[in-house]
Amino acid sequence: MSRIAGMFDRLRPEGRAALIPFVTAGDPSPDVTVSLMHGFVAAGADLIELGVPFSDPIADGPVIQRATERALARGVMLRDVLTMVRRFREQDQDTPVVLMGYLNPIEVMGYRAFADAAAEAGVDGVLIVDVPPEEGGDLVSLLRAHDLDLVYLLAPTSDAERIDRIGALATGFVYYVSVKGVTGSGHLDVDAVATKLTEIRGRLDLPVGVGFGIKDAADAGAVAGLADAVIVGSAIVGRIEDLAASQASGERIVETVGAFVADLRAAIDAARRH
Amino acid sequence: MATRSDDIAALTGLDSAAYHWPDADGHFGPYGGMFVPETLMHPLAELRAAYERFLADPDFQRELDDDLRDYVGRPSPLYHAERWSRELGGAQIYLKREDLNHTGAHKVNNTVGQALLARRMGKTRIIAETGAGQHGVASATVAARLGLECVVYMGEVDVARQEANVYRMRLLGAEVVSVKSGSRTLKDALNEAMRDWVTNVDNTFYIIGTVAGPHPYPAMVRDFQAVIGREARAQMLERTGRLPDVVMACVGGGSNAIGLFHPFIDDSGVEICGVEAAGDGIETGRHAAPLCAGKPGVLHGNRTYLMEDDNGQIVETHSISAGLDYPGVGPEHAWLKDTGRARYVSVTDREALAAFHMLTRVEGIIPALETSHALAYAAKLAPTMPKDRTIVINLSGRGDKDMHTVAQLDGIQL
Repeated sequence: MSRIAGMFDRLRPEGRAALIPFVTAGDPSPDVTVSLMHGFVAAGADLIELGVPFSDPIADGPVIQRATERALARGVMLRDVLTMVRRFREQDQDTPVVLMGYLNPIEVMGYRAFADAAAEAGVDGVLIVDVPPEEGGDLVSLLRAHDLDLVYLLAPTSDAERIDRIGALATGFVYYVSVKGVTGSGHLDVDAVATKLTEIRGRLDLPVGVGFGIKDAADAGAVAGLADAVIVGSAIVGRIEDLAASQASGERIVETVGAFVADLRAAIDAARRH
Repeated sequence: MATRSDDIAALTGLDSAAYHWPDADGHFGPYGGMFVPETLMHPLAELRAAYERFLADPDFQRELDDDLRDYVGRPSPLYHAERWSRELGGAQIYLKREDLNHTGAHKVNNTVGQALLARRMGKTRIIAETGAGQHGVASATVAARLGLECVVYMGEVDVARQEANVYRMRLLGAEVVSVKSGSRTLKDALNEAMRDWVTNVDNTFYIIGTVAGPHPYPAMVRDFQAVIGREARAQMLERTGRLPDVVMACVGGGSNAIGLFHPFIDDSGVEICGVEAAGDGIETGRHAAPLCAGKPGVLHGNRTYLMEDDNGQIVETHSISAGLDYPGVGPEHAWLKDTGRARYVSVTDREALAAFHMLTRVEGIIPALETSHALAYAAKLAPTMPKDRTIVINLSGRGDKDMHTVAQLDGIQL
């Protein structure tokens, strides 16, 4: 069983939703990322989503775009991200890690080389934002052959046919994008999310994570009552940006962001389903 | 070595079969496709369905034809540049005068078509990306005419070097958003337009200005621009009694080029030649010539030739012409290159500028800097060909928008 499936299996009997924090690898600097990942786990994260920097992140809002630019300015490339995962795994063999990024860096590395390197580094799943099921092809079969979970996005615009198509390919969990928009945008409409999650759950048998509009602990708590996982990206990355702008040390960033993640955890657990 | 006719046979599958790309999923061989976030997959499917429905609808076709005739001013003339041909001393050069269209470039052929489609789909808001500003102006123009809200995304660098077009767009009632992310040029304007579309899919129609982006855009924009090649083909037959020996156009994203080329693809005797921007020179790395010096990758919804580094990051491009300053190229061009049906060359900023001055002085036609790239290559090729051979060049736009750039290079303050 994959680390991701195992994680959801452990949480299910407790009625707890998983907490999935996101960070762009290399932001604000490459030496902070692994400490941040450990800090997330200490604060109650169940899975970590690690953003792979790409020059043209069309699905990301301004906060994550700027994080990407900071990471690229430090020269953080796909192979460096894999090194960070390898270093994280030296101390943590339990917490699943999903890479989230765009296809072109993987295309240039080569599908097979990427699948080999990701599996060897200890990556558990891959979400490639600009690869819908229609374009997966060889990459999907290679990732699957390496026991890497294929995480797909579902959107408010995904109709029944698309949900089925994605359900047939996805493993680990699916990621429901709760707003029409880029990362960090929009306002969470809990009723609309609840309606769509009912439709999705009726068509596929995988845990469903919800992300893209969750700004604070209150949002996280509201979503935890509906979803199997709560994914928080821009709210975390925005805090990292503010801290880096004020010249905060790596330790201070890990501590402050860890405290925010702990608040999210508390709100999620308070909303535990009975 | 494979001959050209072998390549064409491979391209079409059968010797006798007509060119039929893209396939049902929008692929041109390994290129094209739909590499977009999930949120856009359903809107793209809707767009495809609407486009296919209206393509077959005689009412839509009649409306489009009327607009192209009465609003755009088609057919555009085919002009025999006799004096320039004589000076070059070789092949006869014919210019397809897209610069005479309303708004001064070929871009309007496509925006008229997509805006009609937007209205029929019930969309009330139009967004567009622009580099040189020609597509932005063409989009703002049709939006004004149809009473649609219009937002144009333009890189901060391009806003600065194409001031006049920014003002034109604002006069037409469009909001021009200066994009400050990434390299602050056309590719970043495209990123920002995609982000807008993801956010406002319900009421918004994204008019992509070139033959790139996810399916169905490369095919749809080509179909709207192919009027250029259909007219040119008929005009050459009428004028000279035969097809041209060469058809030639500049290639940035490649919409004016594919518009001219597409109706000639099955004419195996017609050589197809696209001209990219070599900027300071291919060897300097400061250029915008992905077909000549890039490699395949995925950007802006399609697989195509790109300018990228060893880590798959898209690199900054350079060209004197904002409209060619783009690190990708339409996927159909990638396929035409790989199959050998078209060949792609490049000319430098300096060569393009020389051609700009030459056409202006010799024919009294001030071309756009983009177009000047095609003219510069024709000036090299024509003298190597006999005088009874012909070259058709797509004179894709007029140079009024480039007055500041050219004056500055000549050390003149306007």
